[in-house]
Amino acid sequence: MNRFLAIVEREMRKFFRSPVLMIMSMMLPIVQLIILGHAYGGHIQGAKVAVVDHDGGPQAVKVREAFDAVAANIATFKTINYENETQAKEDVRTGKVDAAIIIPAQYSRRVYAKDAPRIGLLVDNSDQVMSGSIESEMQSLVNALNQPVIEDRVVKNIALQIVELYPYVEYMKYLLSGSVALAMYISVMIGGGMLYIDDKARGVHEGYLVTPISKLELVMGLNVAGAIKAVLSGISITVIGSLMAGLGVIFRPGADLNLFLLILGTSLAFNGMMFLMMVRVDDPLVPRAMFGVLNTLLFFPSGAISPVSAFPKWLQAIALVDPFSYSVHGLKAILLKDGGFVAIRGDLIFLFAFGIGTLLLATPLFKRTL
Amino acid sequence: MMSVARTVTPTHDPLPHRSAAIRVERIVKKYGDFEAVKGVDFEVAEGEIFGLLGPNGAGKSTLIRMMTTLIPVTSGKALVGGHDVAKEPNAVRRMIGVIPQALTSDQDLTVEENLIIYAKLYSVPRAEREKNIAEVLEAVDLTKWRGAQTKTLSGGMRRRLEIARGLVHNPRIFFLDEPTTGLDPVSRIAVWEMLNNLKKTRNLTMLLTTHYMEEADRLCDRIAIVDHGTLVALGTPVELKQSVPGSNVVEVQFSREDEDWKTRLKQLPDVTEVESQSAGVYRVLTSNGSQTTAQLVEMTNAMGEQLRSLSVQNTTLDDVFVHYTGRQLRDETVKAVFQMPPRPGAN
Repeated sequence: MNRFLAIVEREMRKFFRSPVLMIMSMMLPIVQLIILGHAYGGHIQGAKVAVVDHDGGPQAVKVREAFDAVAANIATFKTINYENETQAKEDVRTGKVDAAIIIPAQYSRRVYAKDAPRIGLLVDNSDQVMSGSIESEMQSLVNALNQPVIEDRVVKNIALQIVELYPYVEYMKYLLSGSVALAMYISVMIGGGMLYIDDKARGVHEGYLVTPISKLELVMGLNVAGAIKAVLSGISITVIGSLMAGLGVIFRPGADLNLFLLILGTSLAFNGMMFLMMVRVDDPLVPRAMFGVLNTLLFFPSGAISPVSAFPKWLQAIALVDPFSYSVHGLKAILLKDGGFVAIRGDLIFLFAFGIGTLLLATPLFKRTL
Repeated sequence: MMSVARTVTPTHDPLPHRSAAIRVERIVKKYGDFEAVKGVDFEVAEGEIFGLLGPNGAGKSTLIRMMTTLIPVTSGKALVGGHDVAKEPNAVRRMIGVIPQALTSDQDLTVEENLIIYAKLYSVPRAEREKNIAEVLEAVDLTKWRGAQTKTLSGGMRRRLEIARGLVHNPRIFFLDEPTTGLDPVSRIAVWEMLNNLKKTRNLTMLLTTHYMEEADRLCDRIAIVDHGTLVALGTPVELKQSVPGSNVVEVQFSREDEDWKTRLKQLPDVTEVESQSAGVYRVLTSNGSQTTAQLVEMTNAMGEQLRSLSVQNTTLDDVFVHYTGRQLRDETVKAVFQMPPRPGAN
């Protein structure tokens, strides 16, 4: 039975001798974490908004002061004065400005007369994120303007009081769980799938097959080696990513144990899945061709980028059987919420069951002969 | 379809009173409808170097793969070290060493690390491992390279490492699939010398496949010529050569090609066979090389013709191959380079 350790030893010696695999498996997730984490993490700032003031009265001045307050504080947008409404609309259309605010003539009079005063907002809705942010900011601003100068003694409106359980979670932190799972997936894909088929094509397996090693020892050796590589990648990116994103949970030993279990379960699940897919493949091009397809098919529906509940039903069905989903869910539960073992128990059960199940399916398919 | 090799009548028993290390009985390998090996029989005695000679695609590698348990036998039987390859594959694997055609040692590992991994795959005890590795490195003259990364070795050294890897567990029977393919002539000769030394010092039984006639001639005690999955001849190199009519080959090229040279050459005394080759070259098999050469020159002068080239040589295994298959091994090898895709299980 110890022969499987020889396979593990061979794989690990190669792995440490040539650190390219480790670097390659971590490069994409780290780059993704940095780029996507910063790209999607922040608020819109410095949008250019044209203001056409046809009124010029005291209430219009009040509105424009509110704009100046936004520019000076949250800085979602800054205003540019336009004399010509047509030019402002044209500039929104051509992208010179992101939106245009039209304060119509008689606005101040209508405010005083309580005669349905309106402010026009023209947005470029081809960019949903930008237009959504400006609309939201403008809505807040209008709500503030609508507040009565003297409050009623008894507040009649219903107010929603929001209590956030955790401190504000930046997108980079949100993304970290997906990056850890992705690093392990890449490690398994390159270190397991591609190297396995390349070794087969080079005749390395032929060398194994003429020795007395059993089928089970060979399968165990290849998968244990693959799992160790994925665990090392997972641990590395968890530590590096947590430090980059400013997550201190990794310094809590209890959380570290839970993270380790999740990483172990994930690597087992990914290895089992990969081995099942590659067990009868001989062409070295196949794993390379599958790399991108599987990445899209498994990573994006997992909830790593956005919540699974926002997906259509068919995509949610993929997420249900996707080991990425359980890995990402479990890692988020620890990294973002320090939820303890109870929070990841279900994820661990799925990941280990998936890994063992796929290996049990793959083993009989593995050919002990050429 | 069964094939019966034309076993050359031995002039003496080359392997007296030796038991069979390998016995192959009516072995067949089929891939669908294609029959790669068609009922081959032979025996290899203990301590013998036995060669399977044939062009690419003849079935040599398929034969060796069946004997080394790499592919299942369709029908027939192969006993290696007394164990049936189909029924006791692990017993067979424990007593054989196999050198595949491709260089498969890990380039990122050192010479010694490659050997350690294989010693462990064969469950060589720790105490023996060190000793065995030192011995095989010495045997293949790689001791001073034991710490070198495999990727820094030359092709010949890497082949020697492959041989050391196959010996690290002290096998009784050694299979080598085209051990010198891709090596330069100097490295090839070095490998031959090394294999001869190994045979003497370790009393190994070796079965090797090759398409190099010189390799088979210099290394092998006995040779089986394989063609299209059948054994066409079997014997010692000397016996095989003697089995071909004519002990010498005269290769001649005339300056003018329009004469009926073949008929004229056949009429010369002692000539047993004439083969017409490309560009007006004729190979004349004769039992008396010097006499035929003199007569050939005399005939040419009498006709007022001129010779462009003339050479006399002893019968080679190439002539044996031509005699038994009707084709030249060298030509088959060259043609095989352009065979796409290879036949299933082709070597």
